[in-house]
Amino acid sequence: MGKNLENDLTFNREIKAEQEFNLKDFFLQWEWLLLLIFIAIHIMNSQLSPYYLNTYTLLDATMTFLDKAFIALSMTFVIIFGDIDISVGSTVALSSVIMAVLYNAGLSMPLAITACLLVGITAGFINGILIVKFKELSAVIVTLSTMILYRGIAYIILEDQAAGGFPMWFNFLGWGYIKNIIPVILIVFAIAAVIFYLLLHKTTFGRKIYAIGNNDVASLFSGIKVDKIKLIVFTLNGFMAALAALFLTSKMGSTRPNIASGYELDVIAMVVLGGVSTSGGKGKMIGVLLSIFIIGYLRYGLGLVNIPSQVILIIIGALLILSVLVSNLLYGNKSE
Amino acid sequence: MAEKNSGNGMSLERIQQIREFSLIGFIVVLSIFVQFRNSNFLTMTNLDDLLTNTAILSILAVGMMMVIITRGIDLSIGATLALSGMLTSMLVSVYPALHPLAALFIGTLIGFISGSIIGLLVARFKILPIIATLGMMNVFRGITFLISGGKWVSAYQMSDSFKAISTGSIFGINNLIVIAVLIYIVFYYFINYTRTGRKIYAVGSSPQSAKVSGINVTKITWLVYSIMGSLAGLSGVLWVSKFASAQSNTAAGYELNVIAACVIGGISIAGGEGKVAGLLSGVLLYGILENALPMINISPFWQNAIQGAVILIAVVVGALIKRKTGSSNKIRRED
Repeated sequence: MGKNLENDLTFNREIKAEQEFNLKDFFLQWEWLLLLIFIAIHIMNSQLSPYYLNTYTLLDATMTFLDKAFIALSMTFVIIFGDIDISVGSTVALSSVIMAVLYNAGLSMPLAITACLLVGITAGFINGILIVKFKELSAVIVTLSTMILYRGIAYIILEDQAAGGFPMWFNFLGWGYIKNIIPVILIVFAIAAVIFYLLLHKTTFGRKIYAIGNNDVASLFSGIKVDKIKLIVFTLNGFMAALAALFLTSKMGSTRPNIASGYELDVIAMVVLGGVSTSGGKGKMIGVLLSIFIIGYLRYGLGLVNIPSQVILIIIGALLILSVLVSNLLYGNKSE
Repeated sequence: MAEKNSGNGMSLERIQQIREFSLIGFIVVLSIFVQFRNSNFLTMTNLDDLLTNTAILSILAVGMMMVIITRGIDLSIGATLALSGMLTSMLVSVYPALHPLAALFIGTLIGFISGSIIGLLVARFKILPIIATLGMMNVFRGITFLISGGKWVSAYQMSDSFKAISTGSIFGINNLIVIAVLIYIVFYYFINYTRTGRKIYAVGSSPQSAKVSGINVTKITWLVYSIMGSLAGLSGVLWVSKFASAQSNTAAGYELNVIAACVIGGISIAGGEGKVAGLLSGVLLYGILENALPMINISPFWQNAIQGAVILIAVVVGALIKRKTGSSNKIRRED
């Protein structure tokens, strides 16, 4: 009896030690690192330009990058699965082009917007159904081919033309302010971010996404409808791409079949830098949110001092690789 | 598992035969159809054009095939090609006396360095191929832009001997075709008859078993990306010499064409499967599509969509054929 008690005590002590260790771990988390980078970038930017550090600039800057950030929210789910979706840039282009063409054909703007969202949902659904029905095909190859296909359709529809001439109120999405200071896109994004945060961290749906990312066979056997959830998430990704298309089109005032090319890189970089492991099952929404603002403000700051966009591409590309590299070195790699 | 595999030996052969025959059949039908619409299609000059235009694609496809066999993918080859093409053509514009063979060597070397960096990231640091190559694609593109300052290297800056690399011919056959044929012979031998070549398949079929049986998986993976990079570097010189212009956006998106040709050629994206003969018919079909679509007056704006649809159909049909013959049991689950 006494021995048992002693065992229990040591056991408790071990648990306690583990918890203390976790507390130390808490500050070693990826998210704290991101917070440091986030602050560092603001310091760097304010050194680069004296006009940087004020409320107006900081709020205005969000207009330049928040459109793709919408996709990063849902892409987080996709990457937690251990999958990837590189067709999002093309989905943005396709839904934007169809919206513009329908509007110019005489459809009312609200209907055209609905069509835009429907196109995004359909595009995402097609990705999802192919990935779910053909498990032997990886998400890489499916979304690679739909990436070419969707943009191809956009080219068929609009060839080398541009389409625009949207009503004045539509500009409000991309350029509007609430109370003359807070951009509309920031508010919509904040709402979306809260929804996605709750969805991932506070619902069973979110827990199932983690479970599938960790082990989809075990998830299936424990009664999770893996296919259904994957289908929902890929469809959601298409929907968010269409939402991004709305804001992007509103910001640009017109659309062309080649808009949003290379978006997939930015979006995936945002998610991966945010600490979401590409081997699946790991990552937090907070990290992704931080990294969205890190990459966004980094781009904005470099743009302020006229650094060419190609150089920014080098930086984003290197950042993408470095973040995976560091997280692989720090936390090991599950796929090994 | 071993039992199952040996039981499937026959059917696997058969699938590949069915696949290759149906591909060749499709190529024949397509050619006849195009010939009826435009009688200039099956002429010697056009066929020569077709092969010359497909040569670079076919060279890249060999490298991509090996990458895909190891379950990887390389999205950076268009950028590597541009980087190597830009650097060599700038070198040629400064030293016009540079021997063409030296130019080819330098281009290949640049490609090798780029490829080995990617190989290191994928093999040593375990970064997913799609992430590593997506990132490096942008890095290489950016470097190309920085080096060139956004300017082009145009025909008048290139020496005649440099331009002759791709326009000259040996025994009446265009150099590009000759180089492609040589590369196919070398790699046919390499993939099928050398130990290292067979190890590539072993790594692709099952990295774990390959490791257990003493294969240095890291080394093979690195090698595959380095070869891919070298071939992309070589292609960069050929490309720039052929079009007599180097730009920072040369061959942007060309990697997709290469992947498409591989997938059509029956290289399984799940790894471990694919033959040079199949690849060759895939490349040929792709070349014919690119050549024939403009000839039967299909708008260039349709090409992207047709390309995407063809890849999608190829992978889906490939998967369905495999299911019918019941050998895709490794990944498939009953719903």
